[in-house]
Amino acid sequence: MSWETVIGLEIHTQLATRSKIFSGAPTRFGADPNTQACAIDLGLPGVLPVLNREAVRLALRFGRAIDAEIAERSVFARKNYFYPDLPKGYQISQYERPIVGRGRVEILLDDGAEKTIGVTRAHLEEDAGKSLHEDFHGLTGIDLNRAGTPLLEIVSEPDLRSPQEAVAYARKIHQIVRWIGISDGNMQEGSFRMDANVSVRPRGETRLGTRTEIKNINSFRFLERALVFEIERQIDVIEGGGRIVQETRLYDAERDETRSMRTKEEANDYRYFPDPDLLPLVIDGDFLAAATADLPELPDVRRARFERDHGLSPYDAGLLTASRELADYFEAVAARCGDAKLAANWINGELAAALNKAGLTIEASPLGSEGLAGLLARIADGTLSGKLAKQVFEAIWAGEGDADAVIEAKGLRQISDAGTIEPLIDAIIAANPTQVEQYRAGKEKLFGFFVGQVMKETQGKANPQQVNEILRRRLAP
Amino acid sequence: MPLAPSDVAKIAHLARLAIDEDEAARYATDLSKILDLVARMEAVDTTEVLPMAHPLEMNQRLREDEPSEPDGRALFQGIAPLTEDGLYLVPKVIE
Repeated sequence: MSWETVIGLEIHTQLATRSKIFSGAPTRFGADPNTQACAIDLGLPGVLPVLNREAVRLALRFGRAIDAEIAERSVFARKNYFYPDLPKGYQISQYERPIVGRGRVEILLDDGAEKTIGVTRAHLEEDAGKSLHEDFHGLTGIDLNRAGTPLLEIVSEPDLRSPQEAVAYARKIHQIVRWIGISDGNMQEGSFRMDANVSVRPRGETRLGTRTEIKNINSFRFLERALVFEIERQIDVIEGGGRIVQETRLYDAERDETRSMRTKEEANDYRYFPDPDLLPLVIDGDFLAAATADLPELPDVRRARFERDHGLSPYDAGLLTASRELADYFEAVAARCGDAKLAANWINGELAAALNKAGLTIEASPLGSEGLAGLLARIADGTLSGKLAKQVFEAIWAGEGDADAVIEAKGLRQISDAGTIEPLIDAIIAANPTQVEQYRAGKEKLFGFFVGQVMKETQGKANPQQVNEILRRRLAP
Repeated sequence: MPLAPSDVAKIAHLARLAIDEDEAARYATDLSKILDLVARMEAVDTTEVLPMAHPLEMNQRLREDEPSEPDGRALFQGIAPLTEDGLYLVPKVIE
């Protein structure tokens, strides 16, 4: 039987505020345990939460970026459950009236087609603390520094039909939240975490199958692998005559499998109700306008502009708009060196490879836009061949100075002077009469031999086009 | 919509309230009466009424995003039964 997969994602992204969503405790990552947890975060009696304006502003920016309905009036609710890293016994979240309503994003599929994915809602909520289960003589250690950190939970429609689509959507959301500056999206530090709801059904069936939820996935690679595993597991269960049990599962990266999560709680029954400590959140037009007025040109718009204005392929334009910093870098290099395609090729090729190898992002690149533009200008004006340029690139990367300094110091200037190349070629022809005779008799392959000789004589610095042209002329019978 | 004592027992468990069987039966009767009252109110036409999320006719005040709370760990952990390396220690919660 042929099966169809249905996936929806819930993404928790940490909002880039300096203080917590309901308290004045700082949100700095990596502080000593419990040094950033105040009375409100600890849920001590008699305290009252007060909402952080910046968290609201960042949520509004996201809503606008995905073209969503913004709720003029939204409500905070208590989600009740017991766990030691949730000292109040409830998490403050939004339930019936989230701040961001229905929106959408476009994802690019492998075959180049675009697909619209619906976003059901995005709501503000507080994070819980962290439980450490090892090394405490059979006890659990609790760090409440993260308790009360502002999160935006972004819920998708069940529009995703494969693990690849789910990853493309998750990457898209990740790109947007970083692009508009509402989250650092740092996955190692837990600033971007994903839950996946997944079910399968026979192709053609319109009703949804029973779903399972895979919780707390913190990398795109794990998301894909967890989904691949879980889909196969569900199909095996159904084809073996079994039934899918609605449950929460965890992905174990080491064993590459999902496992049922045993919890002491039976059914999830959170008994949501409006939080009496918080009044309805009302967004007036001025606040919304101020929050969204300086939204940057969004990634899809910028990608389309790169294709249109610079003649780039959708693939190249897509790579260059992976982050706003990279897109800015590209535009700076292109403007300075005057050749956008050359800039795109070098940034997506040589530079991307070097950054990747060094484990750096573009912001930390030792080669600034000015430096790369300086190098590309020397390719554009014929000073450097592609091959020489790579040598110069490596030297600049290693901190040996800018392009011109490296070219001077290493004598890497391309030889494009016919007056120098011609006598060289004549001497080579004179020294290799046998090869010349064979070439003229039709052994075309020997052309490469002559090119090699010239390059050897010039340490690879002769202009390849010129060498080809002069050689063809001189070798002609 | 009357509540059964077993519904009460389930809710009590979720809320970690210790109640015995007699109490469960009594709460079932009392809570059912409240639900009956709500059911009677369902008959009222509320199409023009904004759902009430809070009894106060006010909107949420917003705070500026300024860290203002100093580290109070020593103070707070002074009343905790068990701590180590700055962490609160609790009975193990997963097997």
